Amino acid sequence: MSLDSKIPSGPMAQKWTKHRFDMKLVNPANKRKYKIIVVGSGLAGASASASLSELGYNVNCFCFQDSPRRAHSIAAQGGINAAKNYPNDGDSVHRLFYDTVKGGDYRSREANVHRLAEVSNSIIDQCVAQGVPFARDYSGYLDNRSFGGAQVSRTFFARGQTGQQLLIGAYNSLNKEIAKGGVKMFPRTEMLELVVIDGQARGIVVRNLITGKVESHSADAVILATGGYGNAFFLSTNAMNCNVTAAWRAHKKGAFFANPCYTQIHPTCIPVHGEYQSKLTLMSESLRNDGRVWVPKKVGDTRPPSQIPENERDYYLERRYPSFGNLVPRDVASRNAKYVCDEKRGVNGGLAVYLDFEDAIKRLGEDSIRAKYGNLFDMYQRITDTNPYQNPMQIFPAIHYTMGGLWVDYNLMSNLPGLHVIGEANFSDHGANRLGASALMQGLADGYFVIPYTIGNYLASAKLDKVDTQHSEFKKAEAEVKQRTEKLLSINGKRTVDDIHKELGKVLWNHCGMSRTEKGLTEALKKIPEIREEFWNNVKVPGSGASFNQSLERAGRVADFLEFGETMCLDALTRSESCGGHFREESQTDEGEAKRDDENFSHVAAWEFNGVDNKPTLHKEKLTFEECLPSQRSYK
Amino acid sequence: MSKTINLTLKVWRQAGADTPGKLETYNATNIDVEMSFLEMLDVINEEIALDDGDPIAFDNDCREGICGTCGVVVNGSPHGPQKSTTLCQLHMRKFNDGDTLIIEPWRAKAFPVIKDLVVDRSALDRISQAGGYTGVKTGQAPEAHTIAVPKADSDKAMDAAACIGCGACVAACPNASAMLYVGAKVSHLGLLPQGKLDCDRVINMVNQMDAEGFGNCTNTYECEATCPKDINVSNIARMNRTHLVEKIIQRKNS
Ligand SMILES: Cc1cc2nc3c(=O)[nH]c(=O)nc-3n(C[C@H](O)[C@H](O)[C@H](O)COP(=O)(O)OP(=O)(O)OC[C@H]3O[C@@H](n4cnc5c(N)ncnc54)[C@H](O)[C@@H]3O)c2cc1C
Ligand code: FES
Repeated sequence: MSLDSKIPSGPMAQKWTKHRFDMKLVNPANKRKYKIIVVGSGLAGASASASLSELGYNVNCFCFQDSPRRAHSIAAQGGINAAKNYPNDGDSVHRLFYDTVKGGDYRSREANVHRLAEVSNSIIDQCVAQGVPFARDYSGYLDNRSFGGAQVSRTFFARGQTGQQLLIGAYNSLNKEIAKGGVKMFPRTEMLELVVIDGQARGIVVRNLITGKVESHSADAVILATGGYGNAFFLSTNAMNCNVTAAWRAHKKGAFFANPCYTQIHPTCIPVHGEYQSKLTLMSESLRNDGRVWVPKKVGDTRPPSQIPENERDYYLERRYPSFGNLVPRDVASRNAKYVCDEKRGVNGGLAVYLDFEDAIKRLGEDSIRAKYGNLFDMYQRITDTNPYQNPMQIFPAIHYTMGGLWVDYNLMSNLPGLHVIGEANFSDHGANRLGASALMQGLADGYFVIPYTIGNYLASAKLDKVDTQHSEFKKAEAEVKQRTEKLLSINGKRTVDDIHKELGKVLWNHCGMSRTEKGLTEALKKIPEIREEFWNNVKVPGSGASFNQSLERAGRVADFLEFGETMCLDALTRSESCGGHFREESQTDEGEAKRDDENFSHVAAWEFNGVDNKPTLHKEKLTFEECLPSQRSYK
Repeated sequence: MSKTINLTLKVWRQAGADTPGKLETYNATNIDVEMSFLEMLDVINEEIALDDGDPIAFDNDCREGICGTCGVVVNGSPHGPQKSTTLCQLHMRKFNDGDTLIIEPWRAKAFPVIKDLVVDRSALDRISQAGGYTGVKTGQAPEAHTIAVPKADSDKAMDAAACIGCGACVAACPNASAMLYVGAKVSHLGLLPQGKLDCDRVINMVNQMDAEGFGNCTNTYECEATCPKDINVSNIARMNRTHLVEKIIQRKNS
């Protein structure tokens, strides 16, 4: 099967406008006859559900949290990009487009990124009208900051809680539609199967997490807005319950999984403190605007930081990247932290580096640092019990975001007709590396301004027979869910779900983390099936399926991670180039930077499922660049 | 290796909404003080599971103090003893060796128990559905700079919008009132020009709050003291004022 990205013809800057005109429309009176399932209530899912309902569609929205407002998007701190150019510093749609394609190391689809940059400004308008309290300056106009090393100030923010405020905006709109009757909300409900009938996605099977009841829902189209898979690694900055299940079950029903090896490792997280560690906490990237990253020059120097004189400190980012210094992109900052720790110069047991505000405090005063970062410093102190105004912070990289996801075309539809994928769950806009403040932008672009148009085109052009949940495919999927639940509960082995998940996480972190090799990935590919076998023979899942059972929820998710992890490593092994967050040690420049191989790897790797123990089939979507000509990223 | 402590936990166990519950005792031994409270519960749950027991159900997700999912009452205090801190951000160094901790769910008529420490807070969502939004639809918004908003108003709106909807205010209130939650929503929207259009918002939200069975406010201010996000009780006063104004307008128009 060949992958058709359906990129509209014409000049880059006119593609989306032209496409909007070319797409078919659903007659306003007919919209309510169409039912659309949206799985997910984060920025992508909530914005899509609200907007589709406003158009008149009949929407069912699902999330596993107790309220749609608690989706993982709520945790985003730093901000959201848009090409408003309010600071008059030279930003434009074209520059945002260009920066995003370059930042993604030329592994994203140009046309999608251009559309993202085009709609970015409408997102800010929309959010302000919803009452999102973005930061303002004393004149009453919106304030912007530079984020993640961008050369212009295009990031909008609401203190350190941008994700929370954007999500509350979308949640409020969702509530408006729930009240009106256009959206029916199903919280504490987990999608466990996608139902495909005659080649079209026609519904889902879910488990009610309170009662354990397994139920089917049919629809004319299904949208997955189910977030990223960073928790495959067990430890990540993601919320505890983020998982790959919805995407993976859709993959098993035929949807291709694209670029699973593209994961983002964030350089500034609070280091691991013990075996019992359950998650890692992000310290916002904005801290690198004023903090200086260093380790001792000497190997094994255990003196407290205050006793290490200036000339015995290695400010390694400033040394290696004189022009970007501490503001190099995330992948570069993370990898360099790993290098100095590999050289045994890491602090506090070896897996941490300092992020030091001493100079900034001297220069600007403690009050001004408090005004900028007070909430982050407080959070750091709450977690570590040390005062970052007096001692440098200790940080270490952690898994943070996943650029890979289900393959979608320009219309955000997967290769399975009717199945649409938006937000972090799809793959299309960030290439091999996501720039700061652009995930929120993408989630809301997809939900507010792309899917409402493109899904209409699908509904108006597809031939949709009437189906209901009595159809045999629904019954089959329900039976599969029940069977899997029973199997998980019946093993009654000796290891807990978390214990096995941690084992998988370590394998992925060691071999498919910040730096990857053929040898390591081959080893991971041998180990993961062994861990999977151990899971299905020796896991212990207490309780029953017919009630509220958090161990069972976790078990199902880890079972999927154990299959998915293998595809992720296979993708990493197959892509023998380095690009963005995917660093293959075999492919580096003389200076130790990531070296792309455009001749052989300028493509999207989309994997087709062939059964758990069989190798998936690789499909390639060639990437062509008309506007942003690939060059080697350099931050020297 | 950091310091460890031993604790006695008395945990509320309740199989479901309609079954009676009771406190059960667990020994938490060798608890590393660097652990978070929820990591301590994780450790206990691993032990319970391997011992063929039923792990303690508790809600949580972000573990960063922002999603509002977590929350239990520890020795009478919602989210535990540390001020301005959610349960997931509370660390075991705040406790002493030998302490006994009584761990219970949020208690309120409007928050029925689902299991153990997990309660149903959907009443809060229904209050928001009754009016917690501006009417704008996707696509209708004017250019963001059309209306300048005084920084002071915007900052105050943000202070109120910082509410995480955890329900600790309800759990802390002797009357199980949800007025701090509603007040925060009213201030967040009402302080911004974009949110001023709706003239029945407060009446509708307050009616829903009453219908859900939340109690009245008798000014004990326990809600503010317990709020992990320091939402101020002045929001309740603003809600009451706006409620009155809306009532007057309603009467005039009828
Ligand atoms: C700590 C942190 C800080 C961040 N900061 C920033 C930032 O400053 N700027 C930025 O641009 N990005 C940031 N990001 C990234 C960004 O927050 C996410 O990429 C984005 O919010 C994802 O949104 P989403 O709507 O795609 O998914 P999510 O918000 O993850 O929502 C997923 C939804 O799907 C539901 N779901 C999933 N599976 C199922 C299932 N099987 N059944 C039912 N429901 C299901 C969940 O319940 C949830 O409602 C940050 C991420 C983290 C972890
Ligand atoms: S788990 Fe999110 S606030 Fe505690």
